[in-house]
Amino acid sequence: MTALRAQLLRLLVAGAAAGLLVLLALPLAALVLRVPPGALWQRVHEPLVLDALRLSLVTSAGSTALVVALGLPLAYLLATRRFRGKRAVELLIDLPLVLPPTVAGVALLAAFGRAGLAGGALHGLGVTLPFTTLGVVVAQAFVAAPFFVGAARTGLAEVDRRYLDMAATLRSPPARTFVRVMLPLALPSLLAGAAMSWARALGEFGATITFAGNLPGVTQTMPLAVYLALQSDLEAAVALSVLLLAVSVVVLLLVRARRPAH
Amino acid sequence: MLAARLTERRGDFSLDVDLTAEAGTTTVLVGESGAGKTSILRLLAGLDRPARGLVTVDGHPWVDTGRGLLLPPWERPVGYLPQDYALFPHLSVEENVAFGLDARRLAPAVRRDRVREALAAAGAAGLGGRLPHRLSGGEQQRVALARALAPGPRLLLLDEPLAALDPRTRRAVRTELRELLARLSCITVYVTHNPLEALVFGDRIVVLDSGRVSQAGPRDELLRYPRSPFVAELMGTNLFMGHRGPAGTSDAGSVRTAEGEIAVTEHPGESEVFLTVSPREITLFREHPEGSAQNVFRGAIVELVPEPPAGERVRVVLGTRPMLVAEVTREAVASLALREGLDVFATFKATGVTLYS
Repeated sequence: MTALRAQLLRLLVAGAAAGLLVLLALPLAALVLRVPPGALWQRVHEPLVLDALRLSLVTSAGSTALVVALGLPLAYLLATRRFRGKRAVELLIDLPLVLPPTVAGVALLAAFGRAGLAGGALHGLGVTLPFTTLGVVVAQAFVAAPFFVGAARTGLAEVDRRYLDMAATLRSPPARTFVRVMLPLALPSLLAGAAMSWARALGEFGATITFAGNLPGVTQTMPLAVYLALQSDLEAAVALSVLLLAVSVVVLLLVRARRPAH
Repeated sequence: MLAARLTERRGDFSLDVDLTAEAGTTTVLVGESGAGKTSILRLLAGLDRPARGLVTVDGHPWVDTGRGLLLPPWERPVGYLPQDYALFPHLSVEENVAFGLDARRLAPAVRRDRVREALAAAGAAGLGGRLPHRLSGGEQQRVALARALAPGPRLLLLDEPLAALDPRTRRAVRTELRELLARLSCITVYVTHNPLEALVFGDRIVVLDSGRVSQAGPRDELLRYPRSPFVAELMGTNLFMGHRGPAGTSDAGSVRTAEGEIAVTEHPGESEVFLTVSPREITLFREHPEGSAQNVFRGAIVELVPEPPAGERVRVVLGTRPMLVAEVTREAVASLALREGLDVFATFKATGVTLYS
């Protein structure tokens, strides 16, 4: 009786696992099978695709740079210091992970739009964010930041205290210890975090279209181009999707190669 | 010269010590684990903050909590060898050793020479290009020592430098390290739990017990006049603490210890005294002895230990009150048919007792 029950349980577990794997794998396989490699290559040369691809690469590189530059100091503080309001900061950092991207876009408009909270001040400085390429960068940074800050914080906190103590006794003040010891030892985590953050920025759709619109060559990134193409040219949408899928796989492989499996 | 008065309190552990150490000599801090040895090194290096403290090195104040002075570690000319060496895993041996020189802005050639000299001094020449995980335990120890020495520290702090090595390597490294330390002109503070290492390395020995100094002094003084059970065990002698009766009375010839009365020869001085009885002064009998020995104790044999292992003499641990350790010849063991559990009489003369206060 118990043997039969164990057998059943095993079947149930295996069945559930297989079900999810099919749910994930089938659409991806369908996508790839739909486009002959030759056709894909042709599509990449079309102006619409080329513009979107270029814009995606430029904005995602820009937002990743922004996230790393502003996120590394924050990750350092979170990893090494205890301070009042730390919990609130952690909550704020993680919020974009669960916030619907369109809500993020509306919030960005409320803050940086013409009539937004800080929009007037920005306009006075000659900076316009909504419906500009810079706006795309800001929207991507908003949603992608938690990926980098989280990974960087963990990586920096995992650097063994013994090495930091050792550096201090070797005439190294904290700033130099950070550059010479902490950064190199946390580098795998930092790169993984930057790669995840970049991939999230590359795939950004909701916040971008809400905050920056869908202007070809200005704010129309790859995911937006896919959506647009879907309404007129299914083949083009599929080709663009396969391209993004390929990029995602490469990023994932790079991240995995840096972090050995447990 | 180092002078340090340090107080620290962390949970159940409290530390309160007063230390001095001379330049060109090695001061050994010895004690059981948890005695506060590593805590003292970390406080001297500046890695931890004392509750109260006063530290001066060669007349320069490093710590004076009363005046709010606390030099950060990177401003103290220390060389620190932690127990696990903590070599930077991402840097080659050369880069590890050069790490402490970076603040100096030396010319590249001078810097290379300093690294090479430090590696040679520590017996690690020729390891330069390797990464730490490619080194054996003994090699790591030497490289870590070279790294600590390269910047020319005034205060060298060694935390159980031999503990992580296998016994064969330990013996070789011990000899080399002793020769190296004897050549150094800095103040060396050496931490160990091992009594033998304390005797080998310590020009001066500080015995620590539960965060307090239980005895401190030149090695020979500790050898001759132990004042704590730990030191006595280290010396392999019987130590008692007690009160002597007032001079001139009939009690002047005996010392009352916590474990019982011991007859001694008359001796001027304090009433509170230490006394030692060398294990070789103790004679064992099967029957109650006749004769001139004033001290006779009866008890069962707890343990027989050949000394040195498989040597000519045997240490006999006795369950007498007070507990005694005797040292007898192998022939005596055979002729008296000594075995564990056997009831015997242990005797020693009053003149065999060393008395000091």
